[in-house]
Amino acid sequence: VRKSDVFLLAVSTCVLLLGVCVLHAARARAASSMALKEMTAMVRSLELTDLCLFTEARYTRHLSQADLNTPFQDYPMSLEHYPSGSLVMPPETIRRIGAHLD
Amino acid sequence: VRTSIERQRYLIDFTLSSLLRRKTKNGGLLVIYTLIVFVLASVMFFTDAIKREASIVLAEAPEIVVQRMVAGRHDLFPQRDISKISDIRGVSQAGGRLWGYYFDPAVRANYTVMVPDEAVVAPGTATIGAGVSRARLVSVGDTVSFRSRDGSALHLTIGEILSSESELVSSDLILVSEPDFRSLFGLPTDYVTDVTVRVANPAELVTIATKITQILPDSRPILRDEILRTYDSVFSWRGGMMVVILSAAVLAFVIFAWDKASGLSAEERREIGILKAVGWETSDVILMKFWEGAVVSVSAFQVGVILAYLHVFFGSSAVFEPALKGWSSLYPDFKLVPLIDPGQLSTLFFLTVVPYTVSTIVPSWRAATIDPDAAMRQS
Repeated sequence: VRKSDVFLLAVSTCVLLLGVCVLHAARARAASSMALKEMTAMVRSLELTDLCLFTEARYTRHLSQADLNTPFQDYPMSLEHYPSGSLVMPPETIRRIGAHLD
Repeated sequence: VRTSIERQRYLIDFTLSSLLRRKTKNGGLLVIYTLIVFVLASVMFFTDAIKREASIVLAEAPEIVVQRMVAGRHDLFPQRDISKISDIRGVSQAGGRLWGYYFDPAVRANYTVMVPDEAVVAPGTATIGAGVSRARLVSVGDTVSFRSRDGSALHLTIGEILSSESELVSSDLILVSEPDFRSLFGLPTDYVTDVTVRVANPAELVTIATKITQILPDSRPILRDEILRTYDSVFSWRGGMMVVILSAAVLAFVIFAWDKASGLSAEERREIGILKAVGWETSDVILMKFWEGAVVSVSAFQVGVILAYLHVFFGSSAVFEPALKGWSSLYPDFKLVPLIDPGQLSTLFFLTVVPYTVSTIVPSWRAATIDPDAAMRQS
């Protein structure tokens, strides 16, 4: 067997697997519509505002509802205590004001 | 055409033999390259999927949430002020929300306690999220005790557990009746946590928010657009921790492409000299080097992307889990809906495969244009 044949076979297999991933994504999206509908209905009826991603602190549980000063207790670009707090950047306006502090 | 294809195949054969002669070096290179593509593709799949779900699910969030601010902090909202908001022209509905946080010392977890507006929860019972059920090891019919504001115990019987499919929004929720909520937190009956406002015409949202701040200067209206923008920025490619992950991966890639581009090893230079001496054209050498770059980068790209897909959508993003979980004791067990964005994937392809392939060709072109005798002697 020629080496080029083995390589081309491996590349074709990977392309096929990528195709399977694309198909899987499309099928999973179609199958998930019920779960999304259920979550959407829950958000509407309970008037929820945030995703339950980080429950470690108040301002990371409800990112959109936190006081503007809460996550940046010391100064606008201070390092965060909680790991998830560092996922969120302060708004651009606050970053501009705090830039000289860094 | 057939001759041309056959020529390319012979070149690939030669390239693969050449790569296999330096198995350890090229194997290591392939592993690092695959790892970089894996990290970049995992970040891309994870952020795209979560942003898509946030945009769909939170599109039904209240149009405006009004908080009362006291000394720069979120404070309780007086019920009497709700009518001032509902009287604003364009407001179709304004209602108070009752919600708060409860820290459970038994499992060191934070819960979100809410009073549902539409669904009725009988006093003495509670509907809990699947995450709370896992953390407290309770199921329907069990009784859970909470410590009230005055130190007395509030016993609630679990009436229902919210479905695990909705964990992304409900994992830490505890839904209770209004009397239970008020007795748990000692909340006066004439206060609510905040106010939600429904507006019939979305074009009037900003005007209504401005009117609210004029009528109630101590209030802070939060628009639904701001909520959606928050989640867009949390998992943005340009913000927060993603920048740290991406810059580390990109820097590693730059170093290793630079190492390739900055020069050939003595062995490679001599190989090119011999090939030229036995009659190879400069174009043949460049083509051979192109295949060398393409074999490594295309293989790494494909394997890296497939592994990233499996990692994010089948392996619950295990690599990112420590950063996402942080200090949380209660973590939602959600499965992201797979999403492959062809645009993002092609960007990743052009950012990884093309620079590497080009950086393999350039030094070879320099070596291939000098005299074969000199190339062999220099080594």
